[in-house]
Amino acid sequence: MTAPKEIVRLDVNGDAQEVGAPGHFTLLETLRYVLGLTGTKQGCDKGDCGACTVIVDGVPTLSCITPVQEAVGCRVVTVEGLATALGPHPLQDEFDLNGAAQCGFCTPGILCSAVALLERNPAPSRESIREALAGNLCRCTGYSKIYDAVEAAAARLNGASAGGQGDQP
Amino acid sequence: MSQRKTKWDNVLIGTNMRKVEGLAKSTGRAVYTDDVTLPGMLHGKILRSPHPHARIVAIDTSRARALDGVHGVITGRDMPTTYGIIPWTPDEYPLCVDRVRYVGDGVAAVAAVDEDTALRALDLIDVEYEELPAFFDPHDALAADGRTPYVHDARKEGWNGNVTKMVHLEFGEVEQGLDDADVVVEGEYFFEGTTHAPIEPHCAIGQWDGVGRLTVWSATQVPHYLHRELARVLEIEQAQVRVIQPLVGGAFGGKSEPFDLEFCVGKLAMVTGRPVKILYTREEVFYAHRGRHPFHMRYRTGATRDGLLTSVDAKILLDGGAYASFGLVTTYYSGQLLCAPYAMPAYRFDSTRVYTNKPACGPKRGHGSVQPRFAFEVQIDKLAERVDLDPIEFRRRNFIGENTRTVNELRITSNGFLECLESVERASGWKEKFRRLPFGRGVGVAGSTYISGTNYPIYPNEMPQSAVQMQIDRSGRVAVFSGASEIGQGCDSVVAYIAAEELGVPLEWVRVLRGDTDFTPVDLGAYSSRVTFMLGNAAIDAATRLRRLVQDAVGKTWGVPPSEVLLAGGFAVWAPDTGRQMPIAEAFNLAEARHGTLGATGWYNTPKDVHGEYRGGTIGASPAYSFTAHVAEVEVDVDTGIVDVKKIWVAHDCGRALNPVLVQGQMEGSAYMGFAEAIMEEQVFKDADHGRAGLHNAPSLLDYRIPTSLDTPELEALIVESIDPEGPYGAKEAGEGPLHPSIPAIANAIYDAVGVRMDRLPFTPPAVWRAVEAARAGGTLRKPAAPASERATPVATAGQAVTAD
Repeated sequence: MTAPKEIVRLDVNGDAQEVGAPGHFTLLETLRYVLGLTGTKQGCDKGDCGACTVIVDGVPTLSCITPVQEAVGCRVVTVEGLATALGPHPLQDEFDLNGAAQCGFCTPGILCSAVALLERNPAPSRESIREALAGNLCRCTGYSKIYDAVEAAAARLNGASAGGQGDQP
Repeated sequence: MSQRKTKWDNVLIGTNMRKVEGLAKSTGRAVYTDDVTLPGMLHGKILRSPHPHARIVAIDTSRARALDGVHGVITGRDMPTTYGIIPWTPDEYPLCVDRVRYVGDGVAAVAAVDEDTALRALDLIDVEYEELPAFFDPHDALAADGRTPYVHDARKEGWNGNVTKMVHLEFGEVEQGLDDADVVVEGEYFFEGTTHAPIEPHCAIGQWDGVGRLTVWSATQVPHYLHRELARVLEIEQAQVRVIQPLVGGAFGGKSEPFDLEFCVGKLAMVTGRPVKILYTREEVFYAHRGRHPFHMRYRTGATRDGLLTSVDAKILLDGGAYASFGLVTTYYSGQLLCAPYAMPAYRFDSTRVYTNKPACGPKRGHGSVQPRFAFEVQIDKLAERVDLDPIEFRRRNFIGENTRTVNELRITSNGFLECLESVERASGWKEKFRRLPFGRGVGVAGSTYISGTNYPIYPNEMPQSAVQMQIDRSGRVAVFSGASEIGQGCDSVVAYIAAEELGVPLEWVRVLRGDTDFTPVDLGAYSSRVTFMLGNAAIDAATRLRRLVQDAVGKTWGVPPSEVLLAGGFAVWAPDTGRQMPIAEAFNLAEARHGTLGATGWYNTPKDVHGEYRGGTIGASPAYSFTAHVAEVEVDVDTGIVDVKKIWVAHDCGRALNPVLVQGQMEGSAYMGFAEAIMEEQVFKDADHGRAGLHNAPSLLDYRIPTSLDTPELEALIVESIDPEGPYGAKEAGEGPLHPSIPAIANAIYDAVGVRMDRLPFTPPAVWRAVEAARAGGTLRKPAAPASERATPVATAGQAVTAD
């Protein structure tokens, strides 16, 4: 029979809610299989690949090795929480414009790592971007296009080229 | 296709565009197989063999069946039909019936209410094995005499059952060519196996509707072949099977044939009447493998003192692992794809693939030709030095040309290899760097070719290789039904770009409906770099049919010839006076009124009369070949053996870049993956002296070292466009070719840096350090001498023959 569930209080993408999840579930399992927030991906289930990265209280966090209990009382942001009613986050848009997502499976985790970077360092050097993304494996791109997207998003967020590339089809 | 536009007539094609699913991917809305949940869905798990080679004496599943929450248990006896991607070598069962052949071979599967229950049930399955001696080394497998059981039973009395395939092909006078050569270089090379490691693990879901229809969702790059094999193995009609392919989170060849989980979810769904999902663990992905074969290679290559190749002789042993997979093709590709971009008057290859008791090898990006390309491009570097030529000049002199045939009779049409060489030579500052950088720093060059799909499909048939259905209506939107396999490379976008280009609608008005064998025409899959070439031509075909109907209706309304009606940018426009125009939706209204509901199919089939006239001459035959050149710059630390790849310049002749940003992405991703195989990655297994024999040495993404952002060198993509006469708008492939030269370019750069040849992969610090120490002991650890032509024109840093202490 299925494992008994426990009630945990979570704040995910601004929604405070009570969630029933088996006590041994990770934050990743809870997001994906209980809340239906499948944007966050499982690549290895042991903290090696970074695909499951979400932002917990501003810090990029591997949700596949975070027990759900540890997220209680924290603000959790997933890839689904980056866009607003006005549209996608500039980084999400730049990922598309720059071809930074090929298969797209590592993308949610990379976006979370990069958004957390931009929040603490609005104008990162390419070297800082490389370091901030070192925990997120991408198998498709060779990373170059991802750096381009992060730099373009930083410029947009800083108003340096507001809307500059947003008019492409 | 006679009305095809030329390069300069296009509005969208050739510009940087978004991908159709790009924002879905970056906002988390994109749906992959494991994101699908069905009501009442069960979770499946597969019990795997702990032994590399054993007979299954008995399996008792009764305790597992009795466990609360278990709904179904199956074993090999429930699906006793062999399958295999190559029709001539069906040698595996979904679950083993009487013998296991590698650690990880599946023997039973369960479906239960949740994953934990399924795992507990696996522990309750009792399997009695009789262990057998195992083969791990391909040389041992080849030398076997049958005293212990072969990995597979011999197909004929007296044959070695460990041999999957032997190919011996000879073109021209090989021995004569070697005798006539002024210089002959002989070398032995080893390419270690590597695996794809897509970030998405394999996943599949089966659903049986109880009255004869099976639906399987799968992270596959070949839904069509999966469709066929599911029907065959599960003994139902193909018309009863529907395969849905959600977006795929990376594949690289690692999802290009059916896997055990797809059959198991189908069978378990049929047995339990409930939907069943199986998601591989990361460890299972490493054991499922089908990655790059380890190759043991020996080459003899001859050249004249002017640097012209005279003859090439190759002998290759492929370590295939436990099953055939694509191995028959791999064995041919190991030799067939070497005959360009250089002219060679004589060529022979002798390739043998053997079975071993390890996970099966198969196709990985650059299937079968990345390994020989490594060896051969290092051979060329050695020859160039022997005849005192710059290695780029050596390659130029041997350029095979365009519109020609290779020595093994493959038809070459467009060929931009010289531009590729020139491009990397200029961008890398080659002339200032080759043999002129200080000791420890060096540059290397390599070239290659690759197919844009194969003229002959995997199973013989005369039907189209790719097709799309297109539908337009009065709203102005275009619906494209595409059966092609989007695995991240952008093929859904390619059909959208073409539809928008040909029908004149904004890109965002195009809907691509995809990945479902119930409503899309057949496309054979994402493999052998076939998709843009074949799907693109199919999409042009369909769009052209529709465009003519719209042009006809508008032309009649305006009283002008249809050929003067242009569809572009959201409008129908009269070419002689562009002030005369109407919105495209209005034009579609006119067409719908005049011609009825508007839909068209379009398809592409390969030329069937273009191949070599010999047994095997169809393998390697492609409608077009891409060409690539790389320059790599490295720094070698002789004290630690660490090779720091600083930068790779990648020039690739993709025919025509339909969307340059996506082409660059393929080029950069390819170079990254080649770099990884050169420096970091190895798919290796323990032997009896190092733990349990047959266990994977590092089945995790931490220990199997794929490059992080900090490991990956700077990559510069340089697009070369040769405008292929048969490709869509002139396009050829860009997804696999650009990987090939990475590895030999790095090897050749290491030589330029410290004078040490690395003929065995990967170039890990211990391997490089040992080679450096051997060179130091032999007195050869130094900057190699520049070619004579370079010595004649010294620059400031020239002639630094610095010897390490």
